[in-house]
Amino acid sequence: MTNSWVDIKNTDLVLIMGGNAAEAHPCGFKWVTEAMQTRKAKLIVVDPRFTRSAAVADTYAPIRVGSDIAFLGGVINYLLSIDKIHTEYVKAYTDATFMTKEGYNFDNGFFSGYNAEKRVYDKATWGYEVGKDGFVVVDETMQDPRCVFQQMKKHYARYTPEVVEKVTGTPKASFLKIAEQMGATSAPNKVMTILYALGWTEHSVGSQNIRTMAMIQLLLGNMGRPGGGVNALRGHANVQGITDMCLYSDVLPGYLGAPLDRDTSREEYLKRLTGKPLRPNQMAFTQNFPKWHTSQQKAWWGDAATKDNDFAYDYLPKKDAAYDVLHMFELMHQGKMNGFVCQGFNPLAALPNKKKITAAMSKLKYMVVADPLETETSEFWKNFGPLNDVKPEEIKTTVFRLPTTTFAEETGSFTNSSRTLQWKEKAADAPGEGKPDSEIMARLFVKIREMYKKDGGKAPEPIVNLSWPYQVADAPNPGEIMREFSGRALVDLMSIPDPKKPEEKPTLLVAGGTQLTAFAQLRDDGSTACGNWLYCGSWSPAGNLTARRDNSDPSGLGVFQNWGYSWPANRRILYNRASADPAGKHWDPSRKYLSWNGKAWAGVDVPDMRPNAAPEENVGPFIMNPEGVARLHAIGMAEGPFPEHYEPFETPLGVNPMNTNPKAISNPAARVYKGDMEAFGKAAEFPYAATTYRLTEHQHYWTKHSRSNAIVQPAPFVEIGEDLAKEKGFKNGDMVKVKSNRGEVKAAVVVTKRMKGLNVNGKVVHTVGIPIHWGFKGVTQNGYLANSLTPYVGDANSQTPEYKAFLVNIEKA
Amino acid sequence: MDVKVSRRQFFKISAGGMAGSSLALLGYAPTAAADVRSFKLARTTEHRSTCPYCSVSCGLIMYTIGDKSKNIKPVIMHVEGDPDHPVNRGTLCPKGAGVLDMIHSPNRVKYPQVREAGFSEWKRISWEEALTRIAKLMKEDRDANFIEKNAAGTTVNRWNTTGFLASSASSNESGYISVKTMRAMGIVALDTQARI
Ligand code: SF4
Repeated sequence: MTNSWVDIKNTDLVLIMGGNAAEAHPCGFKWVTEAMQTRKAKLIVVDPRFTRSAAVADTYAPIRVGSDIAFLGGVINYLLSIDKIHTEYVKAYTDATFMTKEGYNFDNGFFSGYNAEKRVYDKATWGYEVGKDGFVVVDETMQDPRCVFQQMKKHYARYTPEVVEKVTGTPKASFLKIAEQMGATSAPNKVMTILYALGWTEHSVGSQNIRTMAMIQLLLGNMGRPGGGVNALRGHANVQGITDMCLYSDVLPGYLGAPLDRDTSREEYLKRLTGKPLRPNQMAFTQNFPKWHTSQQKAWWGDAATKDNDFAYDYLPKKDAAYDVLHMFELMHQGKMNGFVCQGFNPLAALPNKKKITAAMSKLKYMVVADPLETETSEFWKNFGPLNDVKPEEIKTTVFRLPTTTFAEETGSFTNSSRTLQWKEKAADAPGEGKPDSEIMARLFVKIREMYKKDGGKAPEPIVNLSWPYQVADAPNPGEIMREFSGRALVDLMSIPDPKKPEEKPTLLVAGGTQLTAFAQLRDDGSTACGNWLYCGSWSPAGNLTARRDNSDPSGLGVFQNWGYSWPANRRILYNRASADPAGKHWDPSRKYLSWNGKAWAGVDVPDMRPNAAPEENVGPFIMNPEGVARLHAIGMAEGPFPEHYEPFETPLGVNPMNTNPKAISNPAARVYKGDMEAFGKAAEFPYAATTYRLTEHQHYWTKHSRSNAIVQPAPFVEIGEDLAKEKGFKNGDMVKVKSNRGEVKAAVVVTKRMKGLNVNGKVVHTVGIPIHWGFKGVTQNGYLANSLTPYVGDANSQTPEYKAFLVNIEKA
Repeated sequence: MDVKVSRRQFFKISAGGMAGSSLALLGYAPTAAADVRSFKLARTTEHRSTCPYCSVSCGLIMYTIGDKSKNIKPVIMHVEGDPDHPVNRGTLCPKGAGVLDMIHSPNRVKYPQVREAGFSEWKRISWEEALTRIAKLMKEDRDANFIEKNAAGTTVNRWNTTGFLASSASSNESGYISVKTMRAMGIVALDTQARI
């Protein structure tokens, strides 16, 4: 979330799309109803199902699964064609005025530079035109056909209301009503917020779904403002924190790009990742990358990371390929992996195409599962009849299962969707011999380290030299760990001499050994250690700031500055400089957030801006981007600088109504493995669109182990609309078999008014809804794993699997 | 007037028809509580926590029972929403309200176990045995497959034949220790629940 849960109360209009906050985030949804009551805010819900969020909405529109970009692209076209945008904001805070390169082109489903064989783009023609001075060329009039604004306008001109209706199945009148309401928030004193979740991310175009919406929010001037933003409602209590700690292959803690095979030295690596301003006066905050990275190396390898050995740069593994979870299981499936450690994760249930996952894990030599609950993954080798029909004697994987604590039995911090770290206390011991993950990892590491010390082995240095300053080596204390990633000065930090005043003596800023207060204090010479720069200051000299419990809200805008600690720098709304106009005044007097007081930025939040950057300096609010403004044209995306509608890999239409290019029906840049392409089903055999979803009473695959949840939602079911039920002759409660090209699920059918066939591209498309919460372990009734059905393909950028749009057939069981 | 009533007598009097509160107002407050079963929560310890499910991250108060003496293990016996928490203000949804049953689930893993290759059942083992065996397997695989240099001669120090998937349910501190140790070993096949 760019904003916070409570901040939702400051909005004028809420759009819920790609999510269902009323059921999936009930206590956060309260802030939507609060806004509706106190600010008379309106709620719009766009969803394939008439959800409980829809039930309290002012406006609801159905949409076909997997067609969100067509809908949102239509909104962009609507806003641009009648000039319902916040022009001053767009000009000052986005790249609308930037010139794109000559040679950039979009033609019949392909952007320029497509390599069909490799399914990737050569992005040479994407991006901005850079002048001789090293800065991007701009056209302040936004009239040049090559400026981002005109390129965008041209791209979305094809998304007319008629086309929207044809592709999405949303009736034109409903679409227009919603577009009009959204357009009204282009007024400087109106703000809209968008709440989304996995309904947008779990598509082969997931990242572009979100980007299209971000573009709308930018055009309407709703980013960085109270009541605005683009708000991802995340699915696990600490999914934000674990993402920030970067337990994934692409990055190191704090989203520092991980070194690659092609980085030949630390110097090259730092050069690749250190930003430099693309426009005059911009902060280009990634200029500080060497400080963040060097401080992390010092936190990890301490005295063994010296200037002479490039701060132990060699110790870091260099990545040669993608290693996201889909690729990892693909490698496993090819027999290229021997071992697999699975901590609090249930891939057999959570990954697509269960059959493939089972085959992959069966090829491992060893597997370790650390979990508080008996997961399906830990028993993938056991026969549970039709629910898990395997032969244990044929599976040669040695499986270890280690008991861990739950949240209740571990002290430490969680980071919520609003980026707020909150400290929690251990209440009791785990049953039996359960241990916290930190202790399990520490004990395992210490054992391996001792083996390397005693027996030697391959490259022992990164292991034996890892800084391990914990009082109890086998069980580091959560406080010690937080102090380490928050960071401290290793020696006295003196002020950097001002070249204009050479006579001034340096003064002491931070005494050696003290905790740092902010990442601004980090240095790249090895004098500071900080495990995660984003979390720098969470444990300051004042103590553990994540444990603060002052719930006062002096501004009344829901800004709880002394409750927990928000990254970065305890900032509650990101890009908040944009809450004021270019001259530094509030856009809207009823929501005063941050303004320029003549000398500095001041307001109710920590400014997301250099505090003394006067408005005349034109320092853009999007300080992490080297251009200082937000991107309408983004070359970082795999499938194009502007989002384009592509069909799900399993499309009920068989064609993409937006083009006539047989190679651009689905995302041309998505990665598809051999065998998986063949496993996609076709509409002739699997005529119904399908989508998976979650229920209010269950959390993923955990709460099926909890009796009270099992009582309220005891048994698996699938949901269809009355029209499809009538066509198929199904009655409520009939047992049905749902089949995809990869597997099948048997469950009772629930017939509702919530889903209806939609008219799409000249045919009626029905949708089958499949709640995901059942499996072959638990205190609920057992059921088939829903991911027996889903396709093995991910978003081209994030590789998040396409769980929300695929094809099935359905028949009586 | 000098009236001393025990708590039990007090309740008897109250039950006799006199309103308890007005009796207390007159000064007949109970003086001893020893022989009465008091309100259960009064004997518990409060712990502040966070709902482990969705990332609204509602504040929880968990109540444990047990007198904190050395041999007594505290047991969580009640969980409720934290009324001081700015986001949930005391409320919980059906997931969070049922969290006690997840903590006390009959399907908690209680001991380290191993399922040997080709076997159909678990076998209980000690932590020591489990971690020693896992450490050996990991070291063996690392030593056999670790890549020190790539074809161009650059030091790459990666180990890509063992993968690691991390939990989104453990704390930031556990996550940090996991990433620090796994990266130090050279693991690149690293991913998290956050992806999906
Ligand atoms: S109580 Fe419900 S809304 Fe609150 S964090 Fe838990 S699951 Fe989310």
